[in-house]
Amino acid sequence: MGFLDTLLGRTKPVQPKLDDLFGLPSAAITLQAATGFTPTGSGSVCFRSVEGKTFSDIQNEVRDLLNMEAEKPGGGLPVEVTRDNYGFTWLVSSRMSDEIETLVTDLHAVNSTLVDNGFGPQLLCTLVAFRDERERRLALVYLYKRGTFYPFAPLSGENRDNALELHIKGALGDDLKVEQDLTRWFPVWGAPGL
Amino acid sequence: MARTRYAPDRGLTVRMTATMFFLGLVFVAFIAALIGIMTAVNASSGAIVLVALVFGGGMAIASLFYSDKIALAAAGAREVSPKEAPELHGIVDRLCALADMDKPRVAIAPTSMPNAFATGRNSKNSVLCVTQGLIDGHLNLTNEELEGILAHELSHVAHKDVQVMTVASLLAITAGLLVRFAFYSELFGGGRRSNDNNAVPVMLIIMAVSIVVYAISFLLIRLLSRYRELAADRSGALLTGQPSALASALQKVSLGMNRIPTQDLRSAEPLNAFYFAPAMKLARGGRDGKGGPSLANLFSTHPSLEKRLEQLEKIQRQLGQATPDAPDSLR
Repeated sequence: MGFLDTLLGRTKPVQPKLDDLFGLPSAAITLQAATGFTPTGSGSVCFRSVEGKTFSDIQNEVRDLLNMEAEKPGGGLPVEVTRDNYGFTWLVSSRMSDEIETLVTDLHAVNSTLVDNGFGPQLLCTLVAFRDERERRLALVYLYKRGTFYPFAPLSGENRDNALELHIKGALGDDLKVEQDLTRWFPVWGAPGL
Repeated sequence: MARTRYAPDRGLTVRMTATMFFLGLVFVAFIAALIGIMTAVNASSGAIVLVALVFGGGMAIASLFYSDKIALAAAGAREVSPKEAPELHGIVDRLCALADMDKPRVAIAPTSMPNAFATGRNSKNSVLCVTQGLIDGHLNLTNEELEGILAHELSHVAHKDVQVMTVASLLAITAGLLVRFAFYSELFGGGRRSNDNNAVPVMLIIMAVSIVVYAISFLLIRLLSRYRELAADRSGALLTGQPSALASALQKVSLGMNRIPTQDLRSAEPLNAFYFAPAMKLARGGRDGKGGPSLANLFSTHPSLEKRLEQLEKIQRQLGQATPDAPDSLR
């Protein structure tokens, strides 16, 4: 943000970065080799809905688009739409665990529809779920505004497995742009699809 | 290039620029007048002006540097961890991720008056404080409304309002100090300088000029403060995408404010400029049948509720339009 924008108090909503999301499939392979975590096939997009009919129309449009894909042979389950306690909307897409590329395409469809309609700044994060053989839960969270990923490993209650998260950060290495500022690794408790 | 629904408000930008320009102009005129008076009489009182400038600047820098600590201490607020206030932190986390900004520290003030403020010298050292009255449920604020209020405060941080207002008030501080210095030197130094014929009128002139400058800059600062509140409302509403939630929060908070015991109001006065809604209200005129802006509105740090709601309504229409505007580069 420019000096003048600050001085005049006209911060603009930040446009999302979408491209880095496509690094996920190759990172999933790395992750599996290094840590044993495999994708569960479910992923979600989280965004802040805007009041009014225009936005809810677009939201329905995205849902229908994804459901149309799901109904095709070999498609996944229908999309699930949930609203969390903070008023954010989650679109959850469930695929088979070896279909992470399709999953990323699904997620990108949501992103591009919102961006094309001028609602790009409302995108918060995307979440792709992983499990290992000990059934430990892990999510890679993509921050749209920064174009970076961070690991989120919830334990029971509102606790997170920081050791595992840091281990994942090391394992991912250069495969993904990992968020270096640890204060930005905010928790997403009870995220759908995780 | 993505299309945008978030066109800046040109009118507000122009008005704010004009206010800052006039504030700068008054500052330059003030310094020029002082130098003019000094050189005209070859007086030795130049030192006093320099002292006032240095002293005023020092005070401004110190208050900017310690603004977070001063404000927290004045409000009796305590920093809270995510474990203590998970909801509050959750909302702030999400808003900061949406806006791509550093997360400020979060504090709670044990006041029953519903309000919130944000302060700090930069984004790394800022703190966001809400009062107990805002979150303990007396107002029945929904999560969306609370989010709107927090988004408004985060916009103050993003707009660096504490820095801007500190620089803006530098002029008023210096002028105010000069009035006092001149007054005291009249009082105590008058006798010793009886052989210097110029000394008395020079100090009187400096005092008169300072009073005028103080009055003008005071009004301009208040005007600037009102514009920055509008700008924060605007950015906050655009960030959450829920202008109506912010509007209803504004209404609830200003209603709740009127039910507060007077003692709270008096102790809250020094923090007024940082608050979400003004805690200290002068007798409200404005729309009392006479029409036109009243004196109370002219002196107020916050725009009237009507003005703020009107702007939010405009943003609601802007966000709801069927096709977004073309991006700036195509216009």
